[in-house]
Amino acid sequence: MAMAENPISTAIRSIDRPVLFAAAFIVVILIVGTAYTLITQGNAALLSPTYLLLQLKVSAFLGIVAAGAMLVILLGHIDLSVPWTIAASAMLATAWGGAGAIPVGLLVGLGVGVFNGLGVAFLRIPSMIFTLGVNVVLRGFMVMLTGGFSPSSEPTDLMLLLAKGDVLGIPIPVIIWAVVGIAVSFMLRRTPLGRYMYAIGNREGAVYLSGINTRLVLVAAFAMCSMLAALAGLLIAGYSSKAFQAMGDPYLLPSIAAVVIGGTNILGGSGKLSGTVMGTILIVLLQSVLSVMQMPEAGRQIIYGIVIIAMLLAYGRGSRLRL
Amino acid sequence: MAPSPAAPLLQLRNISKAYGGVKALTDVDFATGAASIHAVLGENGAGKSTLIKIISGVTRPDAGTVAFEGREVAFATPQEANAAGIVTIFQELSVMPDLSVADNISITRPPRRLGLIDHRAQRRRAEELLARVGCEDINPIERVRNLPLSRRQMVEIAKALGRNPKLLILDEATSALTAADVERVYGILHKLRSEGLGLLYISHRMHEIKELADTISVFRNGRHVETFPTGTRNDEAIIGMMIGREYKNVYPPKPVRAAPPAPVLEVRNLGWVDRLHDISVTVGKGEIVGLGGLDGQGQRELLLALFGVLRGVEGSVEVEGRPVKPGSPAAATRRDVGMALIPEDRKTEGLMLPMSIGDNISLTALRKLTRGVVIDAGAEKSSIAAMVEKLQIKIGSVADPVATLSGGNQQKVVIAKWLLTAARILLLNDPTRGIDVGTKQEIYRLLRQLADQGTAILFYSTDYDELIGCCDRVLILYGGRVARVLEGEAISEKNIVSASFNLAASEAVPAEAAP
Amino acid sequence: MIENLRLRAAQNLGPLLAFGLFVLLYCFYSVLHPKGFTVDLFVQNSNETLTLVLLGMAQTLPVLLAGIDLSVGPLMTLVDSIASEVVHGSPAEIVFGILLCVFCGLVGGAINGIIVVYGRLQPIVVTLATGAVFSGIALFIRPTPGGEVDGDLSWVATNALSELPATYGWWGGNPPAWFNAISGIPMPIVLLVAVVVFIWLPFKNSETGRAVYAVGSNEAAAYMSGVRVNRAKLAAYTLGGVFAGLAGLYFAVQTGSGNADPIQAGTYTLNSIAAVVIGGTSMLGGSGGAIATIFGVFVLRSITFCFRVVDSDSAIGFLANPLLQPMFEGIILLLAVCIGAARVFRVKNRLNLFQ
Repeated sequence: MAMAENPISTAIRSIDRPVLFAAAFIVVILIVGTAYTLITQGNAALLSPTYLLLQLKVSAFLGIVAAGAMLVILLGHIDLSVPWTIAASAMLATAWGGAGAIPVGLLVGLGVGVFNGLGVAFLRIPSMIFTLGVNVVLRGFMVMLTGGFSPSSEPTDLMLLLAKGDVLGIPIPVIIWAVVGIAVSFMLRRTPLGRYMYAIGNREGAVYLSGINTRLVLVAAFAMCSMLAALAGLLIAGYSSKAFQAMGDPYLLPSIAAVVIGGTNILGGSGKLSGTVMGTILIVLLQSVLSVMQMPEAGRQIIYGIVIIAMLLAYGRGSRLRL
Repeated sequence: MAPSPAAPLLQLRNISKAYGGVKALTDVDFATGAASIHAVLGENGAGKSTLIKIISGVTRPDAGTVAFEGREVAFATPQEANAAGIVTIFQELSVMPDLSVADNISITRPPRRLGLIDHRAQRRRAEELLARVGCEDINPIERVRNLPLSRRQMVEIAKALGRNPKLLILDEATSALTAADVERVYGILHKLRSEGLGLLYISHRMHEIKELADTISVFRNGRHVETFPTGTRNDEAIIGMMIGREYKNVYPPKPVRAAPPAPVLEVRNLGWVDRLHDISVTVGKGEIVGLGGLDGQGQRELLLALFGVLRGVEGSVEVEGRPVKPGSPAAATRRDVGMALIPEDRKTEGLMLPMSIGDNISLTALRKLTRGVVIDAGAEKSSIAAMVEKLQIKIGSVADPVATLSGGNQQKVVIAKWLLTAARILLLNDPTRGIDVGTKQEIYRLLRQLADQGTAILFYSTDYDELIGCCDRVLILYGGRVARVLEGEAISEKNIVSASFNLAASEAVPAEAAP
Repeated sequence: MIENLRLRAAQNLGPLLAFGLFVLLYCFYSVLHPKGFTVDLFVQNSNETLTLVLLGMAQTLPVLLAGIDLSVGPLMTLVDSIASEVVHGSPAEIVFGILLCVFCGLVGGAINGIIVVYGRLQPIVVTLATGAVFSGIALFIRPTPGGEVDGDLSWVATNALSELPATYGWWGGNPPAWFNAISGIPMPIVLLVAVVVFIWLPFKNSETGRAVYAVGSNEAAAYMSGVRVNRAKLAAYTLGGVFAGLAGLYFAVQTGSGNADPIQAGTYTLNSIAAVVIGGTSMLGGSGGAIATIFGVFVLRSITFCFRVVDSDSAIGFLANPLLQPMFEGIILLLAVCIGAARVFRVKNRLNLFQ
């Protein structure tokens, strides 16, 4: 569309376009939102550090989920079990309680991820189908566990601290997000595992014939994805002060949207973590500013969908060499 | 309707075409007549594909005119060219694997009844066309996916004939055919010629062209060098025209050995389902052992079995005296086994096309290039540079996607990634398919050089000339068994052909009578 | 002839397996049901099945192209919401309302197709986004569940065929003998057969329909062969939209109201994908079809039905525990897709796993 011929975009190397586009759009959202608050309330509340830090904090939860989702998408797969991985890890962690809560939550994530990975890598079931089934099973499992009796859904003190505390004014979730982001980015750019992930996303058969155990790479990616979802689940439980069944549902589609808006090819093989980070902030900010502007849910959904398509039309077209 | 002999069927005048700044064709005049088989020869990049794309309506020339049957034409799409009577069989197969043979053959303009596809008429049509190409054995309702590659190519030819071409263009159309099928295709082409069709034939195989074509045109660097009747130039002269210099020493000399070299790879009684039976072969240090025979006699499976890709392989494999049982390519490439496989299809099995040249080359060696958990960027860069230098891969930058390279250079990248692992056993699956003469020569020299450095090489080729020129020994497979082993002077075209049909060298038993 | 039959059976192994599984499950259900198999039961089961069948057919078309449509559920809820506003009043208004619903589905599908084809974007992200838009519009139209759908229409569409003349007074209350012979067939089945015979089969046997299979099988080859690739894609998404519209319409007619719940939409989308897979249509495109998906939905629904009739005192009584049912449904879904994985262990050439 018209945005594709934007002179700014053509002047900049295509590889950084997603990040720049997302950044530019974030600025646009802030300007429009601030114009709105200036007119209606006479202040620039959206530009206050408190508001921006709060948005970063909210972004952290989605950002951690999206970082994991990106790893799986890079391989040309997808993980639809994220919602109940989030919920199951948080619910089991709070039910366990005490010092073991966080390790239990992460172990749940690891278990789900390895199971997903085994199904996809060894049984060669399309990931979309297998993880969809795992999501249903997890839901059923949690209904069974929590239906008969009511386990504690109270987060532990440590979970509350990690989700709500701050260090030198920076919320701890943001710090955790940063650490996760740096680690994932380092893994992707500097280690063989990361290189294998990109390679498998492009042509798994060729990687297999290059003497690389592609199945282990797949299992590793799914395990990391689910563990990050579990980590996010623990933080969300802390942030909302309880673990509950539907807590993961609002994270699946936005995390995928954040990944693709950030320039990762949904078919796998290319993408950068910086893009996913920008995509995450964009989505969170868009939702927040629209609700500040008192846009009803219906309107928010519509704008959200249109923004995704517009962003992709602007730079996501034909990004893959097709032969 | 029929064009007079004076007016050629197809006439190109002053055609030029550039992609970006690169000139693919410069001021080309070219003509071909009806009722003739016209071969077009040239290295990759000589402009053959662009020529065909222009004739078949895939692209349009920047300058010049195309006249078909005396009328000037400008096709915008392949469909328009089809409608005018120009049908092309492209090198990349254009069959849809999940559709039936009959569906594939009548994919456009199927017979209809009440506006819908008439499946019965379509099946009859497929049967007729398959009979015309001598493939009555193909069931029209079979899915193309379940046919071997050579049969798929015959379906492709039947499909092209179904469009009633006046000019049929075959772009490397026989590269996947078995020898028996090639014979059959020649028969069909001769018949079509006698029916008045014009045939344009592009192939890298010299002996095919000598047998087949009436006229040969040579292209080089986007220019039409010369057109002459077959038989008026010898091979050296033709190849000289193609590469623009004297053509000699295609194959490096074979070493003369007093004693057989120490065995590196010893295979005994290898079997796999019903495709491989009782195969034993030994490859010594520094030896190049060829695998020959008709296509599809188990050569590919043998290489895949050794490389750990196949499941349920019987028999024993020893590497330098130690028994090994690779269960995966990962195991086969481990340092104590040290195998490498140049696969059949470089685009889907050898390369990640959108990734950079550098990433493709270093993929197999990443473990070696890693310090702790981190890839040593400096070591990686120098290894890649060394390989690009050693194989003389023509590239702009190692960061470019490998898809931007020509076929020959892509194959060099595949070879480079295995050279980095310093494999001691190199398995090659038809590595020169679809590659230009110049690069082929470089690959032959490289193989001999690697052998001289001690690598054991097992080399499958569909090109007899290569087996004769490169190999110290040649195993001819037939029906998944070793039909014959040829060595030294015995490696000759006559012996290879007779063994391929499983005939004893001296007797003339018909092929059907063989077990 | 025998050889051709064998070939055809082998080519349709997935749908045949799904059909067999359905027959098995439904027999099990009918036997266990306290009242046994009755027309009423059959009608009730059909009513609960048709919406998902139509939605599964909607999902099948993009999957045949090796794509996916995450917006079928939202599009269905959108049309459901529209139907709850327009499908009532005079007969002319009702007919107009029905046509409007189908048209809205068509437009929704066509929008997906246009963005996928001309925007050159991946269907999964396109439909993710258009799904949000459809959900949003549905919420605008129907912020809370409700609305009205013509009662006679609802009654006719959710009962046996015999109610059709009874409700509209055809034949003066005396239907001919041939009609009485078929009057026990549930209306949803009649509607389904009509959709298959008048929409799906003609489409599948048209040049465009086959082009959809060709593109899904190998897009580059299809293009080189002169197949109109863009037209095939547009047609597939548009027809998918029509099916989703029909699903929304029937859902509104069946429930007698509209509901724009996005979570329900998501569940339906996921179930439609599951049905396509269980039916045996390849996610890689090119093989399978709407008939296969119909069997897939039948299997999915039969499983749900079976849980209802398990005696809680019997040896397998734990299956009747409502708290366990969601998990068993998930496990069965997983097992069903794992059946397809059996081939992995029979594959002798591991390269075939990567195609």
